[in-house]
Amino acid sequence: MLEVQNLHTYYGNIHALRGISLTVDEGEIVTLIGANGAGKTTTLNTISGLLKPREGRVLLEGEEITDLPPHEIVKRGVVQAPEGRRIFARMTVMENLEIAAYTRTDKEGIRLDMERVFDLFPRLAERRNQLGGTLSGGEQQMLAIGRALMGKPRVLLLDEPSMGLAPLLVEEIFETIQQLNSEEGVTILLVEQNALMALSVAHRGYVLETGEVVLEGSAKELRENPDVRRAYLGGI
Amino acid sequence: MQQRLRMELTGTQIALWLIGGGLLAMVLIGSVRTLAVGKYTSKQWLDFIVFGLAQGGIYALIALGYTMVYGILGMINFAHGEIFMSGPMIGYFFAIRMARSGFVDRQPILSLLIVLAVAMITSTTIAVLLERVAYRPLRGAPRLVPLITAIGASFFLQYLFRGLFGADVKVYPDWDILSGKVPILGVQILKTQLVVIIAAVLLMAGLYTFIQRTKMGKAVRAVAEDRAAAALMGIDVDRTIAVSFALGGLMAGAGGLLYALLFKQVFFLMGFVPGIKAFTAAVLGGIGNVPGAMLGGMFLGIFESIGPNLFLDGLGIPAPYQLKDVIAFTMLVMVLIFRPTGILGERLATKRA
Repeated sequence: MLEVQNLHTYYGNIHALRGISLTVDEGEIVTLIGANGAGKTTTLNTISGLLKPREGRVLLEGEEITDLPPHEIVKRGVVQAPEGRRIFARMTVMENLEIAAYTRTDKEGIRLDMERVFDLFPRLAERRNQLGGTLSGGEQQMLAIGRALMGKPRVLLLDEPSMGLAPLLVEEIFETIQQLNSEEGVTILLVEQNALMALSVAHRGYVLETGEVVLEGSAKELRENPDVRRAYLGGI
Repeated sequence: MQQRLRMELTGTQIALWLIGGGLLAMVLIGSVRTLAVGKYTSKQWLDFIVFGLAQGGIYALIALGYTMVYGILGMINFAHGEIFMSGPMIGYFFAIRMARSGFVDRQPILSLLIVLAVAMITSTTIAVLLERVAYRPLRGAPRLVPLITAIGASFFLQYLFRGLFGADVKVYPDWDILSGKVPILGVQILKTQLVVIIAAVLLMAGLYTFIQRTKMGKAVRAVAEDRAAAALMGIDVDRTIAVSFALGGLMAGAGGLLYALLFKQVFFLMGFVPGIKAFTAAVLGGIGNVPGAMLGGMFLGIFESIGPNLFLDGLGIPAPYQLKDVIAFTMLVMVLIFRPTGILGERLATKRA
């Protein structure tokens, strides 16, 4: 469904991605794991069009989207919930959700999707008229995912959904991610530092190191790989 | 070393507070003495206030353009005064034709609306073109670059208009319906000033509603808050930036026509001082903050209108009204020292943090 071929992305002169290739098939959860600075967020931002690669291509169902502006990529169904949540703090929960449906014109569909987000996260429904900046970290993450869902994603890009959240909340968020995938069939590309959590919900995974894919495989294979265990799972 | 630094810091601070306190004392003593002497009647004070509201409404309309562009791009559009000037300059040619043909007398309201529309469309067009040609290619450049470009654009527009339409002062025709006074709650108020105040308030209410309620207005707010996140939500950022320039242009063009109605004359340099004043108003209200710009504009207008007579007359300073700009800019400096975020500006501080 989503195919990334040999991406090379630079920040100025810094060669951040050194030929990343990966695929995400329809209905899958695929995770990118790796240390800080490995290029996980850069990969997502290049897919989303915020960064333009010097080399390489991004294909959505065989159609090239590499050179499209970010809003056109959203319109085609590749929607990102960015790292650090990036909630609009001075807008209400409702407004955050409304604005996330910016590319859509199907009023009825938008209304249904908003109800669906509120079903998924009843806590957001309670706080619908509250300003985004007054929400707790967990609520903001729910809103960030909710916002991404409002964009009618065919592929959902999630960047560090567990960041800064209490363990209980992390589990809750990951349950929701799994539910979105299994019940609603949303294809997900998940970037996580919490590799253990990520590999427990994902079907497949890629391990990134300094801008390169060093390992790929099914989640089970990666969980059992001794190198991965040592480096990312805190085990022996 | 550290202790010395601290002492120096407090020394500077003490000096600043002394200056601030001294100015405040001057203002207080001046006001008390002015009022004690009773040189001005309460009716005159009211006239000052009404004129201040009219002038402040115009400042507020211009200030909105500064504040919206700053809110989104973090840049001061120094050519905004010229965007303001362009509207009534082009509007003038329509006004004078319609006056000569007698259309102004036959259809006063319609002709006024036509000139208003011309002024708004002209300023909006110039604002959007400026963004497209001069600022958009520089997006991502260091902040100083668009600032210098803005100053260049400002001169370019001034002398373009001088070259096209001459350096003379152009006098707007009179609308009979705007001359004379109307009694409001037993007070006689100049019709022009009343119309200017009402129009300014309606325009601001319209803009505020647009930004709060419409999809496009929400996009403007989202882009102002976090450009990258807005792009990830599917908002066309470039288009939204153009929209904010257009909104600023609409308000500035309307403000320009109101200015022409109030002061009756327009010329190619007319945008400079009101532009700087409106910028002051935007800073005063908290730059980047839309209600702040409205409040700051109104406040500056009233302050400038009653300030000279109230503060300075009592101190025995002759012709105090000549010093109104001194008062306005002294206030700007004081605000920058004691409350750099402006009246409604806390949000800016949290945004930066």
